[in-house]
Amino acid sequence: MSAVAVPTHGTVHDHHAPALDLGTFVRTYVFSLDHKIIGLQFLFSTLLWFLVGGLLALGIRWQLAWPWTDMPIIGRMLFSAEGGQISPEFYTTLFTMHATVMIFFVIIPILAGAFGNYLIPLMIGADDMAFPTLNMLSYWFMWPAFICIGISFLWPPYGAGGGWTSYPPLSVVTEAAPGSAFAQTMWLLGVTFVGVSSMMGSVNYMTTIIQMRAPGMTMFRLPMTIWGMFITAILQAFALPVLTAAGFMQLMDRTMGTGFFLPEGLIVNNSMPATGGGQPLLWQHLFWFYSHPAVYIMILPAMGMVSDIIACFARKPLFGYKPMVYSISGIAGLGFIVWGHHMFVSGMNPLLGMTFMVSTMMIALPSAVKTFNWLGTIWGGKIQFTTPMLFALSFVSMFIIGGLSGIFMAATPVDIFIHDTYFIVAHFHYVLFAGTAMAVFGAIYFWFPKMFGRMMDENLGKIHFFLTFLFLNGTFFTMHILGAVGFPRRLADPYDYETFRHLLPMNQFMTICAIGMVATQVIFAYNFIRSMFFGTPVGRNPWGANSLEWMAPSPPGHGNFDFQPIVYRGPYEYGSPEVDTDFYPQTQPPPSDPARRVKPEHH
Amino acid sequence: MGRFWSILFLLVPILGVGVFVWAMAGLWPMAGHWLPENVNDHGHVIDNLFMFILILTGVIFIGTGIALFWFLWKYDSANNAAPVAFTHGSHTLEVVWSIIPAAALVFIAIYQMNAWADAKMRRPTLADGRVKPEIAEVTGRQFEWRIRYAGKDGIVGTEDDVQVVNDLHLPVDEEIVLKIKSQDVLHSFFLPNLRIKQDVVPGMKQFVWFRANKTGVYDIVCAELCGWGHYKMRGRITLESREDFDRWLAKAYDEQNQAQYTPATGEAE
Ligand code: HEM
Ligand SMILES: [Cu+2]
Ligand SMILES: [Cu+2]
Repeated sequence: MSAVAVPTHGTVHDHHAPALDLGTFVRTYVFSLDHKIIGLQFLFSTLLWFLVGGLLALGIRWQLAWPWTDMPIIGRMLFSAEGGQISPEFYTTLFTMHATVMIFFVIIPILAGAFGNYLIPLMIGADDMAFPTLNMLSYWFMWPAFICIGISFLWPPYGAGGGWTSYPPLSVVTEAAPGSAFAQTMWLLGVTFVGVSSMMGSVNYMTTIIQMRAPGMTMFRLPMTIWGMFITAILQAFALPVLTAAGFMQLMDRTMGTGFFLPEGLIVNNSMPATGGGQPLLWQHLFWFYSHPAVYIMILPAMGMVSDIIACFARKPLFGYKPMVYSISGIAGLGFIVWGHHMFVSGMNPLLGMTFMVSTMMIALPSAVKTFNWLGTIWGGKIQFTTPMLFALSFVSMFIIGGLSGIFMAATPVDIFIHDTYFIVAHFHYVLFAGTAMAVFGAIYFWFPKMFGRMMDENLGKIHFFLTFLFLNGTFFTMHILGAVGFPRRLADPYDYETFRHLLPMNQFMTICAIGMVATQVIFAYNFIRSMFFGTPVGRNPWGANSLEWMAPSPPGHGNFDFQPIVYRGPYEYGSPEVDTDFYPQTQPPPSDPARRVKPEHH
Repeated sequence: MGRFWSILFLLVPILGVGVFVWAMAGLWPMAGHWLPENVNDHGHVIDNLFMFILILTGVIFIGTGIALFWFLWKYDSANNAAPVAFTHGSHTLEVVWSIIPAAALVFIAIYQMNAWADAKMRRPTLADGRVKPEIAEVTGRQFEWRIRYAGKDGIVGTEDDVQVVNDLHLPVDEEIVLKIKSQDVLHSFFLPNLRIKQDVVPGMKQFVWFRANKTGVYDIVCAELCGWGHYKMRGRITLESREDFDRWLAKAYDEQNQAQYTPATGEAE
């Protein structure tokens, strides 16, 4: 198919040049054009933000378990003004920033930015991205976003507090909330910069995957990771412009007196009457038109990586490769026509809610097909319980919970009761933390040896897995139960309500689990940093995997491959009778004796 | 170790189902950790649908959880000498496991349409077929619920309206229609015990309806973020017999007129 010749300049450059003057250092590690360095820059930045987001979550949990009491240690650091106590204004800022950081600075950039960048050229057998400079810019455009959101958080007296969904009029009328003044403008700018960064990445990934595949690498020989990244890039390219436009509309409403989202004459908290002519629901439509596809942006690459890890450690071909590809394509397609399920009780025409209900029900189908195929993959295998495998398996186990809870909310009458309760919070933490974040941990353990040429410690990895798994279920599973009582999200003190007063002990249990979960990550951080320098050195293919990145040196030099990779087959030929090893790299030529060759199955 | 990890994954369906059953049974320490008391005639539909989906998804949850456990247990490389099943998939299986869930999902989708239409589209009518007018109008504003009763003429927005704050009284055993709106930002009018939730949007008006079947005092919750005081935007709904309600309304009317109550600016339509 696409036989684009890959220049083999990997052999020409000697990147281990000993003399490292400042200019070279800056060019190699700071403003680097190499997709691997850019990927690592994304990885380190997002992991640091992960820590920030986790601490913000502890702030939320603290307030829900011990409302209006001094938060030890972090409390006085973060909000000395209140003497370590979380004020209701600050509480709104906390959950706004927690979600913003986790979604825009952790999950989206760690999947596409870190793993997308690192893996795409390696897995398709290219020497770099199609547009290296654009790639570098996509990282550096995250920095204005970091700065804007940082300012938005710290701006006195209170940071942005409109929720990550930023619904007008609360987010548009300056007087509506303490955080709706300058801080909200910075928030909108920050999110816009993330969008610009993602857009640059997305264009690059699509072009690279379409144009730069090694000879023999047909689309249907791509690893699922690449399919996940590819479909994600397409989703971003189509959904992001809508968010960007909506963001600018909100900015203009705020700063120039347009009235896209405000009805005429609206007065909030003695503000000037709005010129109006707008509709608050318009924002919700535009926002979710992006943000529903965005939830798939936040999981499809993880599904891809999980598929690769599971096949590798089941030592068996991925079950139903093509159905898997069709499923993620189906999810992506349907993902554009379900946004209204976030708006069932918003005041949108209930008839429209009915159609969104049907499309939402249907989107659970490809998710189910994927789950069955993962189960099919481990069936009949020879399972190796390595750390990456454990995380990948937990993805499957937890994604089942998150997918099934989606069906409750897709059922419109049930959603009347559980909308904006902890049931929803449980749902998206199962798909996003127990799903994606666990897959990301697995991916880090899996590709770490490729990135740094050393293994991470397996024992520490398993302890990290075990404790995280335990604590995450303690924290999030219980949220379903709170949701069944109708416990609302985003309340600084829900215990004022008689209906919810008795739920305090359960919340305290959850907070203790959440503290344990964050504390467990110290093991991970220690293991990660230590292994970078002292881990056991490895060769090219420590796991005995098939895909192309494992044929390159660990870590790969500039230009990636020291030979021209030629691809003979798909990446999942584990346990093939054609060879004596239990893996069969994509670059290994078929046996010369035609009798040994396996006839392709028809199914 | 494979055995250990298999069992860990088996604990997911076991404990998962266990927690739900425990909560449903209301055993210590989870007394009252389930759907709160429902006092709306139409609310049972929602509860039943919730339980129906819970059972259906519960079966899938247990089935997939056990399959995962069993495959991990059986095909653990440490205990399994058999060669791997070198297969790339099965067309038949793909068809089966697409069609069965698809059918189940389509069924749920169609099955619930009626309940949704009843809750949000089929407003109660009067004997002559006209839609039933609202008994009161509830307006959310930062951070309280302002309530306005139609008064003797049965029309909201006239001289004889009765106005109260956060204290909604309604008669039981009759179809109640409420008009709800917002004066400033988004709020959501949430009555957990009546399975009612509706966002209110400035510039729009919404209607909710229900038929309460039990007297008592319950919470009105704001379920949509409306600012720093969102958590304290709490109202109370008192459900009482028609006579008690009429008596209360008359008393509220008298008190209001004695006190020369004037509505705050910005509240009139
Ligand atoms: C099986 C497929 C799924 C279905 C049927 C489904 C359904 C829904 C529905 C109906 C809601 C709105 C609930 C409400 O606000 O009342 C929702 C919320 C949400 N879903 Fe899903 N979902 C599915 C999968 C996913 C996946 C895979 C992700 C992410 C990776 C995800 C992330 C979210 C998030 C973040 C929210 C909440 C947003 C917010 O209000 O802040 N969902 N889902
Ligand atoms: Cu959605
Ligand atoms: Cu509110």
